Amino acid sequence: MTVRIYISRDAAAQALGADETTAALQLAAAAKGASVTVTRVGSRGMVWLEPLVEVEDAGGQRIAYGPVTADDVPELVRAGLFDAAPHPLRLGRVEELPWFAKQERLTFARVGVIDPVSVDDYVAHGGYAGLQRALRMTGAEIVHEVLESGLRGRGGAAFPTGIKWRTVLEQQSPQKYVVCNADEGDSGTFSDRMLMEGDPLCLVEGMTIAGIAVGATKGYIYLRCEYPHAGHALREAIGAARARGYLGPDVCGSGKAFDLEVRMGAGAYICGEETALLESLEGKRAEVRYRPPLPAIKGLFGQPTIINNVISLGSVPVILERGAAHYRDFGMGRSRGTLPIQLAGNLKRGGLVEKAFGVTLRELLYDFGGGSASGRPIRAVQVGGPLGAYLPESQFDTPLDYEAFTAIGALVGHGGIVAFDDTVDMARMARYAMEFCAVESCGKCTPCRIGSTRGVEVIDRILQGIEQQGNLTQLEDLCETMQHGSLCGLGGMTPFPVMSAIRHFPGDFSRDR
Amino acid sequence: MAATELDSDSTLERILAEHAGMEGPLLPILHAVQDAVGHISAAHVARIARALNLSRAEVHGVVSFYHYFRQHEPGRHVVHVCRAEACQAMRGEQTELHARRELGVDYGGTSADGLFTLEAAYCLGNCAAAPTVMIDEKLYGRVTPERLAAILAEWRNR
Repeated sequence: MTVRIYISRDAAAQALGADETTAALQLAAAAKGASVTVTRVGSRGMVWLEPLVEVEDAGGQRIAYGPVTADDVPELVRAGLFDAAPHPLRLGRVEELPWFAKQERLTFARVGVIDPVSVDDYVAHGGYAGLQRALRMTGAEIVHEVLESGLRGRGGAAFPTGIKWRTVLEQQSPQKYVVCNADEGDSGTFSDRMLMEGDPLCLVEGMTIAGIAVGATKGYIYLRCEYPHAGHALREAIGAARARGYLGPDVCGSGKAFDLEVRMGAGAYICGEETALLESLEGKRAEVRYRPPLPAIKGLFGQPTIINNVISLGSVPVILERGAAHYRDFGMGRSRGTLPIQLAGNLKRGGLVEKAFGVTLRELLYDFGGGSASGRPIRAVQVGGPLGAYLPESQFDTPLDYEAFTAIGALVGHGGIVAFDDTVDMARMARYAMEFCAVESCGKCTPCRIGSTRGVEVIDRILQGIEQQGNLTQLEDLCETMQHGSLCGLGGMTPFPVMSAIRHFPGDFSRDR
Repeated sequence: MAATELDSDSTLERILAEHAGMEGPLLPILHAVQDAVGHISAAHVARIARALNLSRAEVHGVVSFYHYFRQHEPGRHVVHVCRAEACQAMRGEQTELHARRELGVDYGGTSADGLFTLEAAYCLGNCAAAPTVMIDEKLYGRVTPERLAAILAEWRNR
């Protein structure tokens, strides 16, 4: 009998030795004369347990062991790994682990379960049911379904996805485009990457539905070049979908055309801003465009363009499959559905948690995250990437909800949460925010281009103890100018981390070093 | 020298032919050139500009805008060290410092033995197992200074 084993091919699992574990397992199986097939899947999201090895037992259940390094393999195999035998590293079924059982997995339902590039596996787990339903609907009906689901842009801006789609649908144009913003540059975020590596066909299906809905025949996935693994998975998945007629001149025999191409970015954070991304796709310097016109009216090559984040598009298949109401029933207030949340930085149990909106930061940091990795108190948390505010402990009971975060001057953004222990120097973090803005500014508008460099200089003087009060006032003025005078979110939101650090951790800006 | 120039020329012509008729071909061409020959030289820029009916300034402007594109030949391997917040939260600055010291260069520089070019990265998407380092396409998580020393030693012996 052949033993089925599942090991992640996710970049985070590889970074912790999943390839070496796989090789060691195959070697051990050969030495034992055991018949073993290893399927490389996405990650279940429990990065602290990677490399995670799942073995199918006699009853067809997947039993997890982790973390399993290559060095652990010989002893594990001796102990009866291939029979799913007991061992200190044996965790049991992933679905029964509290960390996993408490989640609501809609967008990430298949990640870690299926072979990411197998169309058969994808279809067997509910894949392409959404597209099949969409093909029986009119464009307006599909757009209505997405509107009704309450889905808002998961890239960070939280703009209703259905409204973007409706605007593109209303345009008369011989050529329209669907562009996926896969330039996931925010530190502390990796849900786009995990979906693209663990269930790339989900993104492919979401983009195909978007194309069918608005009459676009061509799609581009603009992927950051820091993600070579995701690029490989996407190209393989697109090839497999095309070979089976899910992409191409006649999608599923519907007579409608849609095809996809992956384009690599080149290390520019600004490309996460949608108009800069479009400039880059056109082969130009990624300088932010003035708006209007909106990309939905004049986007890629001047044509009407849907541009959405990976998770937004990746949530569309489940919405079409199960209906808008099913998705909308999760969440709170005007934040509907689920958010794949990324727990990062100084946390004991980092990884990906998909939860309905409304979960509090404290639950995420302690119940899921297990507190700090260093064992020291968590002093500050940055939510929403490098442009997100720093939050002190007194705000940890804030529920994850777009409006609740706006009310405290913070942002949910792309759902990345980076925790810092009490050794963090918040004045240095403020300096880094300005430095990052200076490095990544596209240079088109003055407040961002010049303001960020001046910001670094002013904070350096504060750090050196030079006229701290006067320089703090100047820093606050500068932040106000950047916030109101910048063309896009980079210059406009860099003041968030800076000002929140000053507001919540004033002692770090007035002490001697 | 003459041989590599020739190789590079025929490689460039092949790349230009492969991208003929593509929408927005400049970034894909630049990627293909850098993948094939390691960098994008002034001569490449001139030839690409002619093929796409752009000015050399326009192509140079694009090459110099993006951090990833390089105009000079790199070392045999490229080491990306993440500088972003999640890595800082796990003492990534110590790892950065070690990389700069051991390779004897700052970001953008190549070690004296020509083996490693050091580059800063602003998030490699491995934030739950920080600090993160990437060498060519191989990703490493929880990279303390000690672990980085061991990893670099392993790459030296490849």
